Amino acid sequence: MKAIIMGCGRVGAQIASMLDSEGHDVTVIDIDPGSFRRLPPTFQGRAMVGNGIDQDVLKRAGIHGIDAFAAVTQGDNRNVMAAQIAKHIFNVPKVVCRIYDPIREEVYHSLGLETVSPTTLGARVIKEALES
Amino acid sequence: MYVIVAGGGKVGFYLGRALLEEGHEILIIEKDAKKCQNISEELGGVILHGDGCEVSTMNEAGFARADLVIAVTGDDEDNLVICQVGKLRFNVPRTIARINNPKNEAIFKRMGIDITVSATNLILEHIQQELPSHPLLHLLDLHNFGLEVVEVKIPRGSRTIGKRIRDLSLPPDSLLSLVVNKVRGPQIASGDTMLDEDDEVLAVTKAEHEAALRAAILGT
Repeated sequence: MKAIIMGCGRVGAQIASMLDSEGHDVTVIDIDPGSFRRLPPTFQGRAMVGNGIDQDVLKRAGIHGIDAFAAVTQGDNRNVMAAQIAKHIFNVPKVVCRIYDPIREEVYHSLGLETVSPTTLGARVIKEALES
Repeated sequence: MYVIVAGGGKVGFYLGRALLEEGHEILIIEKDAKKCQNISEELGGVILHGDGCEVSTMNEAGFARADLVIAVTGDDEDNLVICQVGKLRFNVPRTIARINNPKNEAIFKRMGIDITVSATNLILEHIQQELPSHPLLHLLDLHNFGLEVVEVKIPRGSRTIGKRIRDLSLPPDSLLSLVVNKVRGPQIASGDTMLDEDDEVLAVTKAEHEAALRAAILGT
């Protein structure tokens, strides 16, 4: 599949390298060119500097006709906005959005966005570990 | 009316002050403590220190009883989220968002934000009015009906000079209403109206036919 990962932090870089090593066509976008050092030397995909909430940047990254889009920058609002642009303006079939704030996650989940809250997930896993 | 202004920069401050002068109940939300202090000294206790994107701040600010929320921070993504969460979680009846990148207007409208204001677009429109060479000028957008009023100036050498309006192949749902000629002055357009160099043509069209209308009037 063709995928765009917005945000090349620890999570973004890891998703990108996992998809890439499985043979998928991956483009990573980040506003900080220094972030691309997190990609492994074996990475075959594209790394592009730009702001993922800018529709022109998304077009240049080839968002028309991709299969999947993940918004995993540090900013919840940026992720929410980029994910909604990908879903509603560019009709990307699979859009996943990271939202740290559990309340905002709930709001956007109820709006039909596919959301992941590392806060909720992390808290649950750690609590389970403490109790086991 | 209870109006909440998210963002206490220059826009938020002057907007808040103007609304206060009009007798509205207002509250400005601002993250920066220093800005909060300045606003509180100038306007009194109408300021809340906090992140307007956080639901807890929204609760404290009383989003649930707000008649209007105006998001004027410098970040489009924050303005979008403030308005969306305000609508969805607090049922705020009307939301207005400031947009910095004019291209974001479509997604804001799509996500149900009632009104968007783009300073960039406003300035661009003024530049277009000052630059007579610009081929098509937006005069008015009637968003709810998908209609717009535009102005097209007939440039020198245009293939439509000397043609009558009935001879133009206009796109559907388009109407030429007024032709302003340098010598003859404004004329209500009819099929017989002949186009001349430098004429300013006012037309009503649907947004999707804008390009076709321009091509028809300019003969390109």
